[in-house]
Amino acid sequence: MFGKLTWDAIPLNEPIPLATVCVLLVGIVSVLGLVTWKGWWPYLWREWITSTDHKRIGVMYVIVALVMLLRGFADAIMMRAQLALAAGHAAGYLPPEHYNQIFSAHGTIMIFFVGMAFVIGLMNFVLPLQLGVRDVAFPVLNSVSFWLTAAGVLLVNVSLGVGEFARTGWLAYPPLSELAYSPGVGVDYYLWSLQISGLGTLLSGINLTTTILKIRAPGMRYGRMPVFCWTALASNLLIVAAFPILTATFAMLLLDRYLGFHFFTNDGGGNAMMYINLIWGWGHPEVYILILPAFGVFSEVISTFSGKPLFGYRSMVMATMAICVLSFMVWLHHFFTMGAGANVNAFFGIATMIIAVPTGVKIFNWLFTLYGGNIRFTAPVYWAIGFMVTFVIGGMTGVLMAIPPADFVLHNSLFLIAHFHNVIIGGVLFGAMAGYSYWFPKAFGFRLHDGLGKAVFWCWFFGFYLAFMPLYALGLMGATRRMQHYADPSWQPLMLVAMGGAVVIFIGIFLTIVQLIVSIRTRERRRDLTGDPWNGRTLEWSISSPPPAWNFAVLPTVTGPDAFWSMKRHRNPAEQPHLVPLSVPKHSPLGFFVAFFAVILGFSLIWHIWWLALVGLIGAIAACLRHAWRVDLEDHVSVATIGEHERAHQAQVART
Amino acid sequence: MKPKPQARCLLAAAALLPMMISCSRGVLNPQGPVGADEKLILIDATVIMLAVVIPVILATLGFAWWFRSRNKHAQRRPDWEYSGRIEFITWSIPAMIVLFLSGIAWIGSHDLDPPKPLSKADPVEIEVISLDWKWLFIYPKEKLAALNQLVIPIGTPVHFRLTSGSVMNSFFVPQLGSQIYTMAGMTTQLNLLASNAGTYDGISAQFSGDGFSDMRFDVRAVSPEEYQAWLTATRGGSEALDASRYAQLAEPSRADEPMTFSQVPPGLFDDVVHNHGATSAGNHR
Repeated sequence: MFGKLTWDAIPLNEPIPLATVCVLLVGIVSVLGLVTWKGWWPYLWREWITSTDHKRIGVMYVIVALVMLLRGFADAIMMRAQLALAAGHAAGYLPPEHYNQIFSAHGTIMIFFVGMAFVIGLMNFVLPLQLGVRDVAFPVLNSVSFWLTAAGVLLVNVSLGVGEFARTGWLAYPPLSELAYSPGVGVDYYLWSLQISGLGTLLSGINLTTTILKIRAPGMRYGRMPVFCWTALASNLLIVAAFPILTATFAMLLLDRYLGFHFFTNDGGGNAMMYINLIWGWGHPEVYILILPAFGVFSEVISTFSGKPLFGYRSMVMATMAICVLSFMVWLHHFFTMGAGANVNAFFGIATMIIAVPTGVKIFNWLFTLYGGNIRFTAPVYWAIGFMVTFVIGGMTGVLMAIPPADFVLHNSLFLIAHFHNVIIGGVLFGAMAGYSYWFPKAFGFRLHDGLGKAVFWCWFFGFYLAFMPLYALGLMGATRRMQHYADPSWQPLMLVAMGGAVVIFIGIFLTIVQLIVSIRTRERRRDLTGDPWNGRTLEWSISSPPPAWNFAVLPTVTGPDAFWSMKRHRNPAEQPHLVPLSVPKHSPLGFFVAFFAVILGFSLIWHIWWLALVGLIGAIAACLRHAWRVDLEDHVSVATIGEHERAHQAQVART
Repeated sequence: MKPKPQARCLLAAAALLPMMISCSRGVLNPQGPVGADEKLILIDATVIMLAVVIPVILATLGFAWWFRSRNKHAQRRPDWEYSGRIEFITWSIPAMIVLFLSGIAWIGSHDLDPPKPLSKADPVEIEVISLDWKWLFIYPKEKLAALNQLVIPIGTPVHFRLTSGSVMNSFFVPQLGSQIYTMAGMTTQLNLLASNAGTYDGISAQFSGDGFSDMRFDVRAVSPEEYQAWLTATRGGSEALDASRYAQLAEPSRADEPMTFSQVPPGLFDDVVHNHGATSAGNHR
């Protein structure tokens, strides 16, 4: 009846997971209770859960990313604490069975549910506004994408309390992840949650690519798109090209585990090297999927706060697209030590270094955007400058490891861990935080507390250096990744420094929450009445904050790059726009229902509850069919409503 | 001028870290030619890149500070967005560096290719099988084997053939240089040489499951005479390695004490490779 699921799946005799689960359950129940008691359900259902508005969906993605950042960071600080203790003969406080789940969950969550959710959230929110249009190409699909991601998030976190998570590392290399060596449900949790959320990501990639290619304001030619749109285009093209590889690879591993196939097993003609090639065929583009939108954010932030157009726009676009293409030609550098020949290794090493050329050009272009600027040091600028300083170091160590013989001694060491945290924290996370503080007033109509924002930055900045510079050194001293304990006590001081760095980062995360609460409580003083709090250059700043459901009352006509900047220079205030009635897509519960059934499907497949899996599958299909036969697609907005909003906004602008 | 006490502390700390790294049992304290070459590449490439990275960091901080909005002396150029000459230079600098590093990468990949013999001298042949969670070293010519300890003569190249009796691992002795994966059903090769006598740490550098952290072994690099003595002593041992003993070893276990085997059937390694980690007599897991 319940497959492999028994009461033994609940970790009743393991105090650490049990306590975590209890605290989480209390937290969730009290939030749900509060929502019920306050009677917020109808509002949440109507305005958020079933929303097809790209702005709302973008905000929900970012909320998921921030919540999952807490989970991923909890894993991180537990690992750092373990390694600070487990020197010499000490065993630390986490047995390997538990420790291995923690580092696997940390990587999986940080990449898929923090990094991806954050950049997709930002792209969702910003793209249609910067392109000067009313929504993405497929608004309902957008909601489905988000809820599938949320379904993946839920499944990963269910593994905390029911069963276990993978103990294989975040990429689940076979044969370790095969049934013979990982008979438990951990790998299945990993595979099904990523299959479900990966589907959401692929749909989102298709959606945003279509939006950029097909839906832009009149006159918004490719050569006039803001650089963030270009980086988003590159990133979404990579999603469309790379995520099917991930899905296919996981599908093969699932066939091995569920139906006794032999794609990657030791016996039966399987070959694990194939998995490793395929997973990095996705995995390397994936890091550019994350970093390119961050590059876009920095381009916007540096240009806006320098009060200058971006230096070398065409170079920037070419560099972005060059990275997009090249990122598919370098996957083998993740396993120079697998025994490929010298020619193969050298080819992929050099291909990898070539990516450093367009990336270096980007750094120089930001540098010359600063040059001659009139720089206002707001929190987003702190993140951008901190990024430029930190990222070049990470880029340098990356190129170092692209040299095959150097990689032969650095591969899988803590030096590698330091390198990719150097580029992911210093690049993706700094970019995400810069974007968060830059576009927050657009999303909510008030600014975040700038001083606290800078405090958050300094904590992350110094915390990063404290936590990861010791890891560079430890890697050179021979420390490898994923150790649960180590024999050499001379490593311990550096491990303690790294632990200290994690604590500083923790303060940064805590201050992010404080900043949010303080900013909400003092929002009346922080109102953005003009819709253009930073003296912006792109179209999202030309409308009210927060924007109305239809974004633009009249689609703007674009005559050059930095469209809003030239509008501000040449605006004719007497000109009144000619308003026409609009329609916006109706909200739709499809995404929520599909995800609901996807969770049932995933959970029952993990536990081999076949009848329930059938329920989940049929339910998800039925929800889609029900949606396919819908009749009433759009809500109509009258000229009066639009006009009222426009007049109110203009009156506000005039008052300030 | 005398440095202040705090400054002196900082200086000492700054000097200490490189010392710690280069005296440690890590890759910056190599004890053989492979590791030494790799260390040289590491340092050369880093220095070349630092020549650009440091100026870029300084320029970032310098530009950002000078062009802050409160600086009345800065000359603003609010519409400056293009300079063909500068763009030419910004593409050229990284391109030149990458061109140079590509040369290092190409030559280095070929010179330090793991299967490439280190010299014309006859190497010591050693076969390596990674198991859950221990290392088995077979000396096929001597028909001996050792578990979780590797004894090699100094000054003589060692040719390793490696496979796995279980999941993937990576054979790595940081002070001797290059690591290489071990994979069931496949053979990889590695050539290393220890120049100096000593005991070096050997590890698995590829996560392989719950006992991974204990997959350590000591590499004892000894003089040729001591090596011969060790071979003789090992030959006198009582424990023999055959298919059933191998199957026993292949069972998961953690932190096994080092031991030796005085007899090994010929072709055991190839048998394990052909049977994807098991022997033809044993059952596969």
